[in-house]
Amino acid sequence: MRHSTINVALTDIAAAAKRYSLVGMLGWQDVRQRYRRSAIGPFWLAISMSVMIGTIGIVFGQIFNSPIKEFLPFLAVGIILWSFISTTVTEGCTSLIAAEGIIKQLPIPLFVHVLRTLWRNILILGHNIVIFPLVLLAVQKPIGVEAFLSIPGFVLLTLNLAWVSLILSVLCARYRDLTQIIASVLQIAFYLTPIMWLPSLLPQRSSSYLLDLNPFYHLMQIVRAPLLSQDISALSWYVSGGMAVLGWSLAIIFYGYYKRRIAYWL
Amino acid sequence: MAFIEFNNACVDFPIYNASGRSLKKRLIQVATGGQLGANDQGRVIVRALENLTFTLRDGDRVGLLGHNGAGKSTLLRLLSGVYAPSSGTAKISGETGSLIDISLGIDPEATGRENIFVRGILLGMKKSEIASKLDEIIEFSELGEFIDMPVRTYSSGMHLRLAFAVSTTVRPQILIMDEWLSVGDEGFKHKAEARMTELVKATNILVIASHSRDLVMHTCNRVIWLEHGKIRMDSDPETVTSAYFGH
Repeated sequence: MRHSTINVALTDIAAAAKRYSLVGMLGWQDVRQRYRRSAIGPFWLAISMSVMIGTIGIVFGQIFNSPIKEFLPFLAVGIILWSFISTTVTEGCTSLIAAEGIIKQLPIPLFVHVLRTLWRNILILGHNIVIFPLVLLAVQKPIGVEAFLSIPGFVLLTLNLAWVSLILSVLCARYRDLTQIIASVLQIAFYLTPIMWLPSLLPQRSSSYLLDLNPFYHLMQIVRAPLLSQDISALSWYVSGGMAVLGWSLAIIFYGYYKRRIAYWL
Repeated sequence: MAFIEFNNACVDFPIYNASGRSLKKRLIQVATGGQLGANDQGRVIVRALENLTFTLRDGDRVGLLGHNGAGKSTLLRLLSGVYAPSSGTAKISGETGSLIDISLGIDPEATGRENIFVRGILLGMKKSEIASKLDEIIEFSELGEFIDMPVRTYSSGMHLRLAFAVSTTVRPQILIMDEWLSVGDEGFKHKAEARMTELVKATNILVIASHSRDLVMHTCNRVIWLEHGKIRMDSDPETVTSAYFGH
């Protein structure tokens, strides 16, 4: 029984991976649909985000008395990445609910819809990330070759977001108000994670709680640190890697168990 | 080769009322030791299909008859692999293609050409496959230069012609339809009819839900009559239609 459960999940996920052209197309379609007939399209998001980064940068830079050259690039990557993480998770919650029409008509692997949400957000991140080099240019901060380390970091982050989205999309299809709870949790996580404040400002004792025990901190760190020419601590790699392995194992069992019920819940 | 085997397949729909879907209610139920749940629990289950057992083989052209709510659409969804039976088994081997809602996935803001790809990929075609059939699809749809205009500028007839032209290019082994597709004005209707006949001929197994006696008599060689989610009769078209429609 356990064996076939895992099989159900793996078959669906493999079939979804094979339909990558469908995922790619639907993801693009989502982005284009949102910004059709607007001249600069998804870059509107980048513009509003850079305004936000600029404003927060000035205000909090003053409050925390942090040097702008250090604070602004930190804030920029932080906000760009956080908006990627939080939208992926919140939209991940509704990825199956939103695809109800397709799910009830065509036997397309359900994981396709989760991947579509993920891909759509990666595309939007691709637009937003252009802010970062501009910020570096503005504060005259150089970037080193170690920035390439953020690529494996990003892959690991995406792997983690994929299993979280998968589990949440199934749960939210069954319990609709979970989406609201997740949104609030993410809001809290935003303040608990060093995005608007520098980790170095924390007193020694609380840093072990707010940083080491915060999974979001480690996930941010494996992408953010190399971009800021900082080292990634081994702990961040271990935590992120461990979460990916454990999370995926859990997600596969969970998904295999409930997959056949999903169409009935929609 | 295509093959379908149902063995005591049932479909039960759990009906979650607003409170059943809320995690809060669930937690309260647990916290209050289920007492509150006793009069609140009453989870309604609608049995849409009950103990269906049948086998379909290559060459079967099956018509589904039954009144509204008899379970025809649910059975079509079961056959297309969208639902898994809640008990019993439904073994389906062969590629299934469903022509239930041919407009599904069409984005009104995108051009006709873009939508051909969207629709084609949704139906499981490869990009290269669509590209090679693109000209034929455009020609068939008779959209001419409109193919590069956003679909929202189309008339409803044009919209349907486009959806029809793409959807009927796939050649699935098992074809599932809800009523016969017929679109367009007189001229187009003939073309569409020929296309449908060809499509049905190419498929190994056809399952079509219908309310039309003529259609069932013409296209089907086997008819299943559903009533209240159960098979009332499963036999050749003459026998079933005369029992179902009278005389």
